[in-house]
Amino acid sequence: MLFDDPVFGSRVLTIITLSFHVIYATIGVGVPLMIMIAHWVGIKKNDEHYILLAKRWARGFVVTVAVGVVTGTAMGLQLSLLWPNFMELAGNVIALPLFLEVFAFFFEAIFLGIYAYTWDRFEDRRKHFLLLIPVVLGAGASAVFITVVNSFMNSPQGFDIVNGQLVNLNPIAAMFTPAMPTKVSHVLATAYMTVAFLLASIAAFKLLKGSNHVYHKKSLYLTMKMGLIFSIAAALIGDLSGKYLAEYQPEKLAAAEWHFETEEGAPLLMYGILDGEGEVKYEIKIPYALSILASGSPTSEVIGLDQFPEEETPPLVIHYFFDVMVTIGMFMVVLSLVYWTGIKRKWPFVRSNWYRWLIVLGGPLSVIAIEAGWWMTEVGRQPWILNGIMTIEAAATSSDYVGLMVILFGGLYLILGIGTIVVLNRMFRKNPVELELEQQEAIKGGETA
Amino acid sequence: MSLEILGISVLWTFLFGYVILGSIDFGAGFFNAYSIITGKHHLITKIIQRYLSPVWEVTNVFFVFFFVGMVGFFPKTAFYYGSVLLVPASIALLLMIIRGSYYAFETYGSKGHKGYALMYGIAGLLIPASLSVVLAISEGGFISIIDGNPILDYRALFTSPLTWSIVVLSIVAVLYIAAVFLSWYANKAGDTAATNLMRKYALCWAFPLIIAAAGIIYELSSHNPGQFERILDLWWIFGLSFLLWIGTVWLVWKKKNYGLAVGLLIGQFALAFFAYGISLYPYLLYPYLTIYEGFTNEAMAISLVVVFILGLILLVPSIYLLLKLFLFDKDYVRGNRKNVKSNEKRGLS
Repeated sequence: MLFDDPVFGSRVLTIITLSFHVIYATIGVGVPLMIMIAHWVGIKKNDEHYILLAKRWARGFVVTVAVGVVTGTAMGLQLSLLWPNFMELAGNVIALPLFLEVFAFFFEAIFLGIYAYTWDRFEDRRKHFLLLIPVVLGAGASAVFITVVNSFMNSPQGFDIVNGQLVNLNPIAAMFTPAMPTKVSHVLATAYMTVAFLLASIAAFKLLKGSNHVYHKKSLYLTMKMGLIFSIAAALIGDLSGKYLAEYQPEKLAAAEWHFETEEGAPLLMYGILDGEGEVKYEIKIPYALSILASGSPTSEVIGLDQFPEEETPPLVIHYFFDVMVTIGMFMVVLSLVYWTGIKRKWPFVRSNWYRWLIVLGGPLSVIAIEAGWWMTEVGRQPWILNGIMTIEAAATSSDYVGLMVILFGGLYLILGIGTIVVLNRMFRKNPVELELEQQEAIKGGETA
Repeated sequence: MSLEILGISVLWTFLFGYVILGSIDFGAGFFNAYSIITGKHHLITKIIQRYLSPVWEVTNVFFVFFFVGMVGFFPKTAFYYGSVLLVPASIALLLMIIRGSYYAFETYGSKGHKGYALMYGIAGLLIPASLSVVLAISEGGFISIIDGNPILDYRALFTSPLTWSIVVLSIVAVLYIAAVFLSWYANKAGDTAATNLMRKYALCWAFPLIIAAAGIIYELSSHNPGQFERILDLWWIFGLSFLLWIGTVWLVWKKKNYGLAVGLLIGQFALAFFAYGISLYPYLLYPYLTIYEGFTNEAMAISLVVVFILGLILLVPSIYLLLKLFLFDKDYVRGNRKNVKSNEKRGLS
């Protein structure tokens, strides 16, 4: 099937590339902000530990950026290679944010290179810190613009089709679609949240593995606090995303919630499985919750899947993705809230091994939540590539070689994923923070002597 | 100037930027690998890394800029080129992914590995080869439209002497550009041994370059006579480019003023590159697609131009800063600062 059907092959290759790229993209958006915060705290408190934190994060960051850049390049080019008909249409309407994204990326690339190679070239540390601002802005802006493109695919506007011709094109209107505000803010908040928890999980792991250095404790507290702020933000925006779906893409919400019949005061189904006959089993039912999620009122009507022709309903599997995303999100809010309160109130258990293991788990879990969220939103708009306008069958390439490319790229991503882990591991294990602090002291001592 | 011409000029300029920066990048990787085989590794590796590490990502953006801009200004190219380029572009992509990520893995992560450096060097030469195939395709004769979909005739493409002339030119140009540039960079670093080595390579590749370029013009006379005639009309630009080539070779031969040699080199390629682009006018894909048929709607074109101008206002000073810090800063180029030493040990400090 993979080798016979270019449409299926194109879908597989796109999902593999995106799923792989999104890990690095998320790190790429989030880490600069964390570096900036650590660097700033370091300058303000005149605390070398935070400066070193920023330095070490930056050093690991360049490795992940490299993979992010090359997989992002692959994604950008594959859009035209795998979906030529879509890009021909989209190029007319949505090229503006794509173009803007490249500028943001350009900007970030220049200043990241400068920041990474000028740690000791400025007398005034604050000047070096300033170089980070364009990096953070560029990283955030490229996430914003590329999410704008994705929002357009979910709620296309800014053009009309009359007799098969595109007319009344408005590039600005195509950027500010109904899906845009919630999508963009959710992507940013979850990227910052995920990165904060990933860095927290490194610090917790170091503490568990016997290094009781105050550096790791400072790192853990800082990142958990950031994680708490951004996970709460992500949850609030997630709720707004639900309201957006209810109004503009009710079929996606209905499929994600297994909401088959239109009704008022709709209950929310959590978990459960769908058996062969379309019956839901083992679910937790919360009365009225779906109506609240959809519109804020417990008695409002929520449109069910019965309102849509069968060939236009999204796959029901997205319910599982939705569950995974929301459960992990909630778990992380609670985990970081308890940690933060515990440190303030001096509860001993937040410093215990089992709690630190939970924090270690939190990083990878957040990445899984990111993946699940993207799968939900992307699979959830099947069968459309442009919601309501162009199906994926009409958009895909007719080339015969897609199956082969799936195998080549899939294999390469696997190697790159393993490579990243090996390289990062080697980089930091060989050069633990204790050693680096000693070296710093030695250099300073040498200078004053 | 019409918006169509403006759009294609902007894209052609960025493609030219990528050709120069990419050539330095790919060529440097190859010379690094070659120097390992010949046991001259210690001479040039440091020079190469010192230049490449802070700028390789920027080099990559020039490429992204070109293909995103292409789809933006000329959306129809996505339809024509998208379908047929799946295989050649994917191969180039795979090589770029391997090269880019392993460059970072090796530079920032660990000490160099011989087998890897060789692979890296060879991959660097295959990328321009696989990308330059697109230029051959744009000349026409390799695509037929069947059932409304463009189909690429691989057999015709890979048996055409034109294709192979273009591939050879791209590889030779990469080696020549990188060698001249690195001669200058090594000279600036005060590293005589590295300068002499790179100078030798530059002189080695200067003549094959001109022969390959002449070969393409000869092939075009039978493959696409219309374009061949336009090239003849533009003979004076190609002639000027040839004079600049003589100037570069002379300066490198006499071992003086490497900075001017790099300037002449860029001028030589700019003239030839733009003259070639003009001779292709008005086609994006001969004979199916012209820049006028493929152009985007007016609203998009205007907003892209506005964004482009705003983008340049940000980019130009930023690139100037980057050049100032890593290309024109004597201390950095020489590796004089203590941070530079530790950079080379650990990637960055």
